[in-house]
Parts: sequence; structure tokens; C-alpha cells
Amino acid sequence: MIFNPAIIMEKLPEIGSGLMVTLILWLVGIAGGVAVGFVVATVRRFGGRMINLGLGTIVEVLRGTPFLIQVFLLYYGGPFIGLMLDPIPCGLIGLTIYSAAYYSEIFRAGYAAVPPGHVEAAQCLGLTRLQAIRRIQIPEMALIVLPPSVNLAVILLKESAVLSIITVPELTATVSAIGSQQYAFLEAIFLLAVIYWVIVELTGRLGRLAEHRLSRLRFANA
Amino acid sequence: MSLPAIVIKNLVKRFGDTTVLQDINLEIPEGKVSCLIGPSGSGKSTLLRCLAFLEESTSGMITINGEALGFFENANGKRERLPSAQIRAVRAQTGMVFQQFNLWPHMTALGNVSEALKTVHKLPRAEAEARAMAQLRKVGLENRANHYPSQLSGGQQQRVAIARALALEPKIMLFDEPTSALDPELTGEVLNVMRDLASEGMTMVVVTHEIGFAATVGQQISFLDHGRLMFSGPPSEIFAKPRHPRLDQFLDTYLDRGASMLV
Repeated sequence: MIFNPAIIMEKLPEIGSGLMVTLILWLVGIAGGVAVGFVVATVRRFGGRMINLGLGTIVEVLRGTPFLIQVFLLYYGGPFIGLMLDPIPCGLIGLTIYSAAYYSEIFRAGYAAVPPGHVEAAQCLGLTRLQAIRRIQIPEMALIVLPPSVNLAVILLKESAVLSIITVPELTATVSAIGSQQYAFLEAIFLLAVIYWVIVELTGRLGRLAEHRLSRLRFANA
Repeated sequence: MSLPAIVIKNLVKRFGDTTVLQDINLEIPEGKVSCLIGPSGSGKSTLLRCLAFLEESTSGMITINGEALGFFENANGKRERLPSAQIRAVRAQTGMVFQQFNLWPHMTALGNVSEALKTVHKLPRAEAEARAMAQLRKVGLENRANHYPSQLSGGQQQRVAIARALALEPKIMLFDEPTSALDPELTGEVLNVMRDLASEGMTMVVVTHEIGFAATVGQQISFLDHGRLMFSGPPSEIFAKPRHPRLDQFLDTYLDRGASMLV
């Protein structure tokens, strides 16, 4: 095998479109996962016991099964319950559900890490339960969960490669197809690794910057 | 003599099988500084938390300026919980200061002090902040208004916490070991703020290990041990010799640490 990156470079427009699909899948997966995960964690925290148990079970099943299997079930099992999805919508929904399960756990831990005394102080000052949740518990939780949230975002980017299996034309599918056509598989895989790594690195730096900026808003005493 | 600010009657608090407070009866006089002292686990903090309604008593009654806190006795003599709006109204008469300060880390000092004025009292932002600023001035932290708790020393944080409670103009201030989380150098600035407050005639209930503060500023000293109120009275009586042997034993541990003004 001759290592020749030039072969790949001829296909830049295709690679660009694969990258775009991956970025869209990723960002929608994060946004959807954060939104759904936040609602799930908040309802679990402040709703009743039964609701907590029910949602908790769903979250555990989603966290306890491989993403690949979930995607297969959604893509090939969906039609049996009348859910016919094209690869991209299927990928978006699958990634969102998977990411929501993990984000909800991060937020759950975040809520648990808010010192009870901060809520007691709010009660003593006459804030209602809802006001304390909105003004104290949610903002404090949001600051606590920043580092693990960035970490999960990075994991999701890498997991999105799994969607190539159900023919979503994302980065991994596109580049590895080019590699096969051009008999330059190793070059293609190498390029993939570099692209993912660059995005991960940038995300990590952005996360650390945000953490640094927000550090003075965190615990003064604990 | 004016009516007592707080009346505690037959108060019992149990956590599961453990009785933390056994039949407490105590009247806290208005405009005075009342100190709760006693060894760890004696129930003094739990008693204070009952007064703040952070703990709900198992039985007995607490009355704050004549109004029942949390529970009332119905016509059949059964204890019933009051509606939450009413509980909040009675609680509004007290302000609470915690050992761990419990400032909200995502808000500045000014934000912490003005928060309840905005969300609870619905004051416009400018007015809430002006009032908050006046409280910060009172505790000497006007120039720290825009600092976040993480940028303040422990003593400063506790002074902000005091300002936050005072901003709602409570009639009674409750202090739960307000200096226990501070190193000795920072304890003084918090105690000075509390002394100023006492001299203004604020009714104060202070759970403290600062026996010196209790002896010099306290006007009523209550000694708790194993969930019982052993005795209560003015410091001149409580600390005068001959003392109750249990108190003597308790104070000995302090004398070891240099609280020699009591000898």
C-alpha cells in the first residue's frame, strides 16, 4: 500500500459535505440531548417518586445498551411499529435519545451537588419552591455540569460515526467510501482520525475557556 | 414587660427513633440577645432550625410574635399544618444566618442581598439594589458589592449573608454557629457586626461556641444537653459560681482554650 494523501485531496467537496452532515448530527444531538435531558432530570428531581422510577428505568436501559444496537432497533425495528425513517432523521433521533439519556444523568448529578443549604437559605428568605428551583438550583446546577457536559459532547461526536452503518452520509461513511473506491483505505482512515481529533481538541479548548471564565461563579465554600 | 418574641412550648423533635429535642419550653425576650450553648449533639442547632422552620417539630408549638409557626391546634386539640403561604408569612419575621454562609455562588454580593427583594417582594430592580446596597454599607462591604462569593473572605461572606437576611427587615435574627467556619482572625469582624445589631435592639437567637460572645453580649443564656434545656437565665446567673456541675464541665473545655474571662 502506497501512502498517498493526494488521492484523498481530490475528493475534498465530498469530504466537506460528509463533515457538514456529521457537524449537524452532532450539534442537533447535543442540543436535543441537553434539552430533553434537562427536562428529564428536572422532572425526576422535583416530580413524584413514580415518575422518577419510570424515567430512571428508561435512562438505565438506554445507558446499558450499545448505541449501535439502539440505532439498529430504531432503523430496522421502527417499520414494525409503523416508524419508517430515512437514515438522516433516524440518525438525528437516535443520537438525540442516546445523548438525552447521558445528559439527564449529568444534570441529575448536578442537582444533587447543589448544597442543600443554598436552598434552605432561599426558603428562609421567602422564595417559593419554584422560585428557588428557577433562581438558585437550575443556575447552580448548570455551572456544576459544564465540564462533564463538554466531555459528553466529545463522546457524542465520536459515537456519531456509528451512524455510517445505517448509511447516513456522514464523515466516516463518506471518507471510508472514498478510501475504498480509490484503494486508499489507510489514508482515508488516517484522515478521519485527524479530522475528529481536531474537532475534539477545539471543543475541549472551548470548554476549558468557558470553565475558566465562569470559575468565579462557582463554589466559594464547600 | 413586653411580650416574648418567641414562645417555645413542649417542643419535641425526633428523627426516626432518635429524640433530638425533648420537651423544650423557652421564651425568647424581645429586643434581647439569646444564646443557645451546649456540647455538640445537644440539639441547639436543631432547636434553631425548628425556629426557622427548616426542621418541622414532631410535637409542641412555636409562636413567633404571637403567631403560630407551621402548626396550630384545631378545635379538637389536634395538631394541623398551616397553609404554606401562612407559614411563609410567619417565617418572614425571622432572618437566618448559617454556619456555612450559604451564599449563592452565581450571584454577586449585591445580587445575593437583593435577590429576595426582587423575587419575593417584587421590588423594581433599582429599588431592590439601593436597599441591598444600604445593607452592605451597614456590614461594611459597600465596596465589595460586585464581588462574587468566591472572591470574598469567609468573614466577608458571612457579613454578606447577614446583610442578605437583614434586607428583608426581619424582627428576629437567627444565627446558627455563625463563626464556626471562620478562622479566629475573621471571627472578630462577624462578631462586631452582630454586636452592632444587638446594640440596635434586634432580637437575636444565637447558637454559638463563642462563650466569650455569649457572656458579654448575651442577655439570656440557655444551656442544652442531650436534647434537654438544662437551664436558662441571664449570664450573670448562669456563669456565676457555684455553677451547675454539667455546665462547669462544659466550660472547662473552653477554659482550656483560654476563655479565662469567665473564671
